[in-house]
Amino acid sequence: MIEWSHHLPALQVVVPMLSAPLVMLLRSRGLAWAAATTASLFSFAIAIALSLGVLDGETFNYRMGDWPAPYGIELGVDAFSALLLLLVTGASTLALLAARHSLDAEIEAERQPLFYTAWLLALAGLAGIPVSADAFNIFVFMEIAALASYVLISGGPDRRALPAVFKYLIMGTIGATFYLIGIGLIYLMTGTLNLADMELRIHAVADLKPILVAAGFITIGLALKAAVFPLHVWLPSAYTYAPNVVTVFLAACSTKVAIYLLLRFDFFVFQPNLVGHDVQFTYFLMPLAVLAILIGSGVALFERNLKRMLAYSSVAQVGYILLGASFVSLAGVTASVLHMFNHALAKGALFLAVTCLATRCSGLRLDSIAGAARHMPWTMGAFVVAGLSLIGIPGTAGFVSKWTLISAALAEGATGGALVAVIVLGSLMALIYIWRVVEAAYFKAPEKGVAPLREAPPMLLAVTWAAALANLYFGLVPSLPISLSSAAAEILLRHVP
Amino acid sequence: MSSETLILIAVFLPVSGALLIRLAGRSPNLREVVTLSVAVLLFATVLLLLLGVQAGERPGVVLHEILPGLAIAFEVEPLGIIFGLVASGLWIVTSIYSIGYMRSHHEKNQTRFYVCFALALSGAMGVAFAANMLTLFLFYEILTLSTYPLVTHAGTEEAKRAGRTYLGILLFTSIAFLLTATIWTWNVAGTLDFTVGGILADKASPAVAAALLLLFVFGTGKAALMPFHRWLPGAMVAPAPVSALLHAVAVVKAGVFSILKIAVYIFGIDFLAGVSTAQVLAYVAGATILIGSFIAMRQDNLKRRLAYSTISQLSYIVLGAMLASPLAVIGAAMHIATHALGKITLFFCAGAIDVALHKKNISDMRGIGRAMPFTMGAFFVASLSIIGLPPLVGLWSKWYLALGTLQADELALLGVLMVSSLLNVAYLLPIPIRAFFSKPANGETFTGIKEAPWPSVAALVFTALGCIVLFFCAEPLYRLAHAILPQ
Repeated sequence: MIEWSHHLPALQVVVPMLSAPLVMLLRSRGLAWAAATTASLFSFAIAIALSLGVLDGETFNYRMGDWPAPYGIELGVDAFSALLLLLVTGASTLALLAARHSLDAEIEAERQPLFYTAWLLALAGLAGIPVSADAFNIFVFMEIAALASYVLISGGPDRRALPAVFKYLIMGTIGATFYLIGIGLIYLMTGTLNLADMELRIHAVADLKPILVAAGFITIGLALKAAVFPLHVWLPSAYTYAPNVVTVFLAACSTKVAIYLLLRFDFFVFQPNLVGHDVQFTYFLMPLAVLAILIGSGVALFERNLKRMLAYSSVAQVGYILLGASFVSLAGVTASVLHMFNHALAKGALFLAVTCLATRCSGLRLDSIAGAARHMPWTMGAFVVAGLSLIGIPGTAGFVSKWTLISAALAEGATGGALVAVIVLGSLMALIYIWRVVEAAYFKAPEKGVAPLREAPPMLLAVTWAAALANLYFGLVPSLPISLSSAAAEILLRHVP
Repeated sequence: MSSETLILIAVFLPVSGALLIRLAGRSPNLREVVTLSVAVLLFATVLLLLLGVQAGERPGVVLHEILPGLAIAFEVEPLGIIFGLVASGLWIVTSIYSIGYMRSHHEKNQTRFYVCFALALSGAMGVAFAANMLTLFLFYEILTLSTYPLVTHAGTEEAKRAGRTYLGILLFTSIAFLLTATIWTWNVAGTLDFTVGGILADKASPAVAAALLLLFVFGTGKAALMPFHRWLPGAMVAPAPVSALLHAVAVVKAGVFSILKIAVYIFGIDFLAGVSTAQVLAYVAGATILIGSFIAMRQDNLKRRLAYSTISQLSYIVLGAMLASPLAVIGAAMHIATHALGKITLFFCAGAIDVALHKKNISDMRGIGRAMPFTMGAFFVASLSIIGLPPLVGLWSKWYLALGTLQADELALLGVLMVSSLLNVAYLLPIPIRAFFSKPANGETFTGIKEAPWPSVAALVFTALGCIVLFFCAEPLYRLAHAILPQ
């Protein structure tokens, strides 16, 4: 007998995908919002069910139309993909709940149903990548997510979003194309697109040169999508000029999905098969991660626009995630996956607080939020809590991942010591740029001639605080993300000698 | 009530007090009653814990386990109870003092002031009773954040600048050094629990231990060891009760207390004595003692002079910890209490002079003894205690510290202690002497007594008398300090 839970991996994609055209048909923005949010909530519930199932030791393998792999399309969910699904659907749900009150200022009412349609497509695409067990399907979902995100980002009133999204489009397409070339090469050599099958068949390939080339293409392509330094140039402008809730959604999960894929390919397909693949981690990813942490945080120090500052901070955080993975140790990969989760919590909450500010302030530059805390204490309170998590103060989620990351680095011997210094330096820079916001909001007098602000709408505040409190909760009770990420690390390192 | 409950009450009573104070904010009288009753209850709770500790108990409670082996947990041991008693006991006195000071100074935002004060006390209790380094760090940061609004209380540009230095130095040192050292220790020792005899012996190589010690000691910015001392003089823009309780007692003592605790329970004094950087740090502390005193001599603003004196005196405790000889550790632990009593009196006096006569600079304070005999009398007594003369309690801690330098064979540092006492004489005693025996400078005449409001005067006379009484009854304090050492 097939239980209902068996269908969950398919439903994870089908629910948002099929709701998208329905939402388009709805004429009222309120209804469209309600429908989109319900669909997103459903997806979130499915992701939670999948995660709990995975933690219980269940395995989810789903054959579309009951065609057996490797001929049919296979979906699969393990601990790593479950964690990603939680992030994607959770971020989407929170951002949609926040959109009710913040979107009106940015998108006119009659276009909102179309906006929500694009949103659900992006959700379907981003959720589709982790559940797919097939390299080509992943490409398809990647394109769905990317095209929908371009629409979402350029949907706002800011004209500067258009050149930003054009840059993103070009770089994103190059990334996707590189990925496609890579899997094309692998397909030529192995005759399969199913990841699990690919893993086995590469063993039998005599000439590994094409595989090596494929590894290069896939790594660079995905690094572009993941905004790995120095391929991050599309990210700051795209995050800055997108509608605020879109930034919440994408900043929390979109680069992480690309990192997810990068790690999957690196650890599953390439690491066990390519001689000297370790080199990629120690001499390629690790230096880039260090540069990302130092330069990303360094640039954030000098940014005066709140969203751009946080966007550069994201570039740095991608560095932390890659740094953990580049140790190729259980502790390191656990820290890396854990930081995906915790950073999504912190950055999601921060951008939600920024959304609150945007509903009331004249702009998002440090000068425009001067003195905001006097009238918006709850908003700034949430910002501070999330900021502490980003810095990594004990009691917050960010601390747990910094702790595991530093512990993993210390196990690396002499290089580890230097890397700890980099991590600490990054945290200090985070302290400074978060502090600059706090200083502006709490200690600067408001600009002259600005009408007194009011606190953000209650529902928006509630969502923001839910995210902020999640940072505290997972800082004090981190068992769920830790068990998921350590299970994910074990899966990833299964084939690594 | 079980000791476990008592510990939790001690840590969380001030938090609930803060809530009540916030609720009672509309009626100042009710608000002050709440503050005072919470302070008294807290002190009573700590006294009950003291009874257990004196009987040899070491009660502990685990509040929450974050990761396996990594918990927010509390444990009461002698060193913690010394700090806990000092902070909670002096909170009562400071609350009484504040009532007079804050009202006659017409300070704004008094409710916020009392709320933050209560939160800071919660932080101090958490630091005092932390059972491991993580818990200590957590409450150390709570203490930093909750005292920040008190430093910037005045809201002026100067206050904001001071607040920036305050947070900047304290957060920077704690995150850059203290947290790194904590994680590193966890990595080396596999635990962060404060254990008699230390957790690093046999586990840390000499180089690692040396580096860890530097990170720990410089990471504790609240101890104001040079070159991370600049926040303390700046913080003097805060109202006098804040300078008195927080920047002479709770905050700064939390810093030196942490260093002492790390020395005794993370390194263990036997192991610490062999760590190469301990001697270096002892000399850094010695330099801080002397430089702090020299700078203090040149300050005309009374509170700033007292602040540099505090910087100098705090390093006595750092010095005692780094000497790692049993008598030096006893002296350092006692100095937490003895210096607190003397210095809080001096700050009370500075605030009282400001309230009654609106004078902040020492050069304007000639002849004021006729107007404020009680205040300046208390100032004289407390100065003698800081200098370390009998019959005042300050003698005992200096006595054991001096013996400790001999025990550790550090004659140069003994010299530092003695020179420092002379410098204390030079920068403290002229103030009361001129107040009583000089003529007012610019033709002012003081006719009749013009003291600060009576609650303030009562508070400062009480602590000054405390300096005398404790000289004769110092034995319990010595016993507690002695119980820190591995028996």
